[in-house]
Amino acid sequence: MERHYMDSKIKGVSTGTTILAVTFNGGVIIGSDSRASMGGNYVCSKTINKLIQVHDRIFCCIAGSLADAQAVTKTAKFQISLHSIQMESPPLVKAAASVMKELCYNNKEELQAGFITAGWDKKKGPQVYTVALGGMLLSLPFTIGGSGSTYIYGYTDAKYKPDMSREECLQFATNALALAMGRDNVSGGVAHLVVITEGGVEHVVIPGDKLPKFHDE
Amino acid sequence: KMAAATATRFCQQLSSVSDMSPDWTTKEVSTGTTIMAVEYEGGVVIGADSRTTTGAYIANRVTDKLTPIHDRIFCCRSGSAADTQAIADIVTYQLGFHSIELDEAPLVQTAANLFKASCYRYREELMAGIIVAGWDKRRGGQVYTVPVGGMLVRQPVSVGGSGSTYIYGFMDSNYKPNMTKEQCLHLVSGALSLAMERDGSSGGVIRLAAISESGVERQVILGNQLPKWSTA
Repeated sequence: MERHYMDSKIKGVSTGTTILAVTFNGGVIIGSDSRASMGGNYVCSKTINKLIQVHDRIFCCIAGSLADAQAVTKTAKFQISLHSIQMESPPLVKAAASVMKELCYNNKEELQAGFITAGWDKKKGPQVYTVALGGMLLSLPFTIGGSGSTYIYGYTDAKYKPDMSREECLQFATNALALAMGRDNVSGGVAHLVVITEGGVEHVVIPGDKLPKFHDE
Repeated sequence: KMAAATATRFCQQLSSVSDMSPDWTTKEVSTGTTIMAVEYEGGVVIGADSRTTTGAYIANRVTDKLTPIHDRIFCCRSGSAADTQAIADIVTYQLGFHSIELDEAPLVQTAANLFKASCYRYREELMAGIIVAGWDKRRGGQVYTVPVGGMLVRQPVSVGGSGSTYIYGFMDSNYKPNMTKEQCLHLVSGALSLAMERDGSSGGVIRLAAISESGVERQVILGNQLPKWSTA
């Protein structure tokens, strides 16, 4: 099985990774693994947090070059805060995603990072947006990203249902991350999940040994 | 998705020279594909898509990638169409000869080792990923995978080809040991249709075969009868 990992062409530390975001009835769950690798051979960090809070009810998860991702999210966080102060109301998730998209599109030659933005706002409720490498912005009910995501396209296509309950969605996201981490050597560590609803934000961490196991483990 | 986007960018840069002629005049024919095989109590179920591509052109949209090697031994081919056809022809001859000498039906393990011998010896020249599956009297239903490079390993369930990456998660979560033939057929057709939906090099119809002591049962699932999933 020949595949060219995007991450092996990234200089320095990359989050060869699995990230996902899924809407459910009343909120959205955004999740990721916790491994940062250098060239597919060395794990720089086993416990990195790839879920960045850019505002009260909006999170971003990052894939690709860690340096690029940190630079973009820092800039985006500032711009979104400023926008929110000027508008005197919490920002729309779409606005946050747009900010990421502008940064990625205008700097597409230099950057090598992709993002998933997810959150809740009063206008449209729970939403998920994906910003791909070149700066394309798409709104989807759920999305997966990172090098580990290729292994779970089939699983998520089969198992996703609209309007799941919070528990069903948590199980779906956990299973998907566990399956991807089981097959992708640059994804691993613990599973970070954040549940965003109107009422607030809840961070769930599942250590490696508590992840669901499958038939050959 | 991001890996595919980067790969596309690189490909566009590299092939800007051949924009004058379409890529099916320069690209090799490949069974960029999805193939799968599962063991069950009493036999094996194998399946494949039906697309053969030369670059962006689909040279054959109804390919049969499930190739009989002997009465109860099949192989699923992925990679270069020419290489896999050549290897399969060679192994069919070698196995047939061996079976006549032995005066009994050959073992699946023998067929798998013959594939491995050719794939390993000529590993620099070949681009072939093969799954060997069948039934024999000694060990029942068996699946052996011989990926690019020439490794040989027996697995209860194996997927291969470019589309296989998308269904590892589905396969890991849905396969359970000791399934029935019907459950295996359901698993294989479900997995193949998911892969065909995501992989540009896989598509067409699903070809299935169930091999057991009593023989080989083949079936085809056409495009409009493919299992459907609730899509985003």
